[in-house]
Amino acid sequence: MKTVITSTGNQLSSTFDLRFGRAKYFCLYDENTKETKFYQNPNTAANSGAGVKTAEKMVELEAQKVISGDFGPKAKDLLEKFNIQMVILPDDKRSVKEIIDSIQ
Amino acid sequence: MPVKIAIASGKGGTGKTTVAVNLFHFIRQFRTNHVLLVDCDVEEPNDLIFFPDATPVDEKDANQLIPEINTDKCTFCRRCVEYCEFNAIVVIPLVQFAEINPGLCHSCGACLVACRDEAITEKPYSIGKIRSHTIDGKAHLLVGSLKIGSAMQTLLIKTLKKQPVNEAEIILYDSPPGTSCPVVTTTADADYVILVTEPTPFGLNDLKLTVDLLRELGKSFGVIVNKAGLGNRDLYDYLDKENIEIIGEIPFNKAYASVYARGALLKQIPKEIEDLYQNIIIEIIEKTGHYA
Repeated sequence: MKTVITSTGNQLSSTFDLRFGRAKYFCLYDENTKETKFYQNPNTAANSGAGVKTAEKMVELEAQKVISGDFGPKAKDLLEKFNIQMVILPDDKRSVKEIIDSIQ
Repeated sequence: MPVKIAIASGKGGTGKTTVAVNLFHFIRQFRTNHVLLVDCDVEEPNDLIFFPDATPVDEKDANQLIPEINTDKCTFCRRCVEYCEFNAIVVIPLVQFAEINPGLCHSCGACLVACRDEAITEKPYSIGKIRSHTIDGKAHLLVGSLKIGSAMQTLLIKTLKKQPVNEAEIILYDSPPGTSCPVVTTTADADYVILVTEPTPFGLNDLKLTVDLLRELGKSFGVIVNKAGLGNRDLYDYLDKENIEIIGEIPFNKAYASVYARGALLKQIPKEIEDLYQNIIIEIIEKTGHYA
């Protein structure tokens, strides 16, 4: 099972990013191998459709679960279409590592 | 060619609709029955409320052309995705998925140019309604109502402006508030713009923004001060300094406001209001050269 956690930086110590479409980075965490990999989000400066493009990226990364602060309606539609579970952590200031530890 | 007059303001609630509806009424009374009022405030059109006896003439959908991707023909090359400036196209080769999001699409047609596989075709998608009403077979009201959630205000206003004008000699555009695209689209082809404001800090602040906009657009315009007597003199100082003409002043009057609130604006018109509009119409006619 692969999970994406939105992150403000490319380190495990980086703070969780509350934004989905315009998150700075994505941390892809593989529950089987315990490996993590960071991806820079190319959609941070998009004029429109950042959520949709980021949802598209989730499908490409073959994530089955995404953890973020919230999801917009268009991104939500697409994620639902591909059965990707959305987990909302509002106002969470923890690091990516702490969040990974909490879902193990 | 009919004379086109737009009624705009920066701030909402200054009296655009009041002025537009009264101008429509008094132009009919004093000048010509061949007048058309176009409600361009497509997110909240309410001009029609003041004309309960208007007869519906026509109703149709205003459409946006939204492209669709045929996944049987699509090779998932993502060329259309690269072309789309609005991130409206999702193509995921991994799962053979291709879709266009109507909420993000601006119908620019770039994806049709991009596609080499003839996989994209355009289909009409309703963005709202256009309704036409008449008072006496000569004067008409044209109303655009945007579908909730649609971001295509400007397209709907442009579509409104392409409707037949029924031999109108004078066309009035009741503009939405603000200074963004829908206002630019409403005023773009106007011969003259009437800015309705109020003598409050809020009215003045938003008026300044609209004046900047109209100067950039190179439009001739004048100001109607509504609710005169309220607020302070700052508005008048600004208009004086900027050499902007006041073409009318509507005094603040509680009784008159309550008539408006009941939707009976055209039922009980005080004599001074009638005189005021008569003067405003003469002013505008001088400025636009309409001598019907």
